[in-house]
Amino acid sequence: MTQKLEWRFVNKLGRVVLNFFKATGELGLFTMETVYHCMTPPFYGKAFLRQLVEIGFYSLPVVALTTLFSGMVIALQTYSGFSSISAEGAVAMVVLISVTRELAPVMAGLMVAGRIGAAMAAEIGTMRVTEQIDALSTLSTNPYKYLIAPRIVAGIVMLPVLVLIGDIIGICGGYMIGVSKLDFNATTYLTNTWEYLKPMDIISGLVKASVFGFIITLMGCYNGFHSQGGAQGVGQATTNAVVSASILILIFNYILTEIFFTI
Amino acid sequence: MALFRFKQKEQTPKIKLVNLHKTFGRKKVLNGLNLEVYPGESVVIIGGSGTGKSVTLKCILGLLSPDSGYIEMDGHRLDQLSLRDRAETIGQIGMLFQSGALFDSLSVWENVAFSLIQNKKIKKDEARKIAVSKLAQVGLGRDVASVYPADLSGGMKKRVGLARAIATDPSVIFFDEPTTGLDPIMSDVINELIVSTVKNLGATALTITHDMNSARKIADRIAMLYEGKIIWVGTVKELDKTKNPYVRQFVAGSAQGPIKTEIKANQ
Repeated sequence: MTQKLEWRFVNKLGRVVLNFFKATGELGLFTMETVYHCMTPPFYGKAFLRQLVEIGFYSLPVVALTTLFSGMVIALQTYSGFSSISAEGAVAMVVLISVTRELAPVMAGLMVAGRIGAAMAAEIGTMRVTEQIDALSTLSTNPYKYLIAPRIVAGIVMLPVLVLIGDIIGICGGYMIGVSKLDFNATTYLTNTWEYLKPMDIISGLVKASVFGFIITLMGCYNGFHSQGGAQGVGQATTNAVVSASILILIFNYILTEIFFTI
Repeated sequence: MALFRFKQKEQTPKIKLVNLHKTFGRKKVLNGLNLEVYPGESVVIIGGSGTGKSVTLKCILGLLSPDSGYIEMDGHRLDQLSLRDRAETIGQIGMLFQSGALFDSLSVWENVAFSLIQNKKIKKDEARKIAVSKLAQVGLGRDVASVYPADLSGGMKKRVGLARAIATDPSVIFFDEPTTGLDPIMSDVINELIVSTVKNLGATALTITHDMNSARKIADRIAMLYEGKIIWVGTVKELDKTKNPYVRQFVAGSAQGPIKTEIKANQ
């Protein structure tokens, strides 16, 4: 009986490990094929432009709101913490660094993962289960080129744009709280912000955003493309796309931070 | 008939399936399938659900790879062609999907003209004109051209799917369960459309169905697929005279006979 139980455990563990390697291998192959098709013609310009609008324009309100409130909260928190050691003057710098290096890219990434990653997985997943992707192939159109490549490239291009706008709005949020609630002098706050502004802070945030854009669109497309069954399969693909993209964003945020600021 | 068969042997088959095998997990779906389809003829593959009919079509279209065996088109083995040549060869095939598989983000005319615009690089205005004429061929008016697939009935979706399949005047057309989900009258309308469009184009047709009325109407030859193999091939007349117990049971639609439907519940 005990042996049976042990075997069952080994069996289950083996299946989990095998499934993990199978999924990793499939994702690896999908990524390679996607990168290849992103770089080789034909290119579908219209599909790319549609995705730019979908990812960039329609995500702008949610990214603007999250970065605005993040900047405001950081200003308040920094002030309440730093005032005890009489370092209130550092509020502008802390807002600047936190927003540009971390908050704008990560918040924008997570918000876009929820909005765009889910939408992509649902759309492509529905196309898969209703044979629309097979139909594309029979119409001599490569689904990787028509469906996946425009989304991936649009994600890589648009996320940095969103983050750049998020940077400005986040810093404005800090400025608004600093001037209206914490009684900072407007000119001094702006001068402090400008003084501490380093190109590396902005660049690191934008590079992170590009990587996050790739991750979000890749996970959305991968999960949608491999969805099976009917409505349940599409629902599962959508959940997987958002969860996996969010986790990967946090992991890669750490890795990129380490690369940029400790090496 | 003897002359027809002699003529067939002289010709290179348009499509030739040789010893195809395909397994999913532990389930053998294709188990040594052989079939030849000659230019200009209409072959219908009949068989129960899950016998590998759709898998056969998907293997020919390159959507699935057979585990072993090979497929020839116009005498060329598809697995030995370069990627470009294979895409070009498979590009001769038009396909009507069971569900229509229309792109729901595009209007009806954009669906029909999809391949013309994306691959043949025909200008939009001209592609629209061609799409409207193809829609007219399947009995749909100009007013349908601008609506979206979600606004169409099942029969109309099939017609639009058929118009899309013939938009580039393909030399081969596949029909996947063309009458499934339609009422008997609409089924007959679709069958007649299939016969007339295939005839007008002079195309080779390969249809999979389990609707015997449809098979009788469309087919020059009928092939019966059972347990991953073609177990019988013949004309419609031969179908009625055959003594093959599997074919007789399938045509009669009887639960009694050598074909056992898997019923696992309560066993």
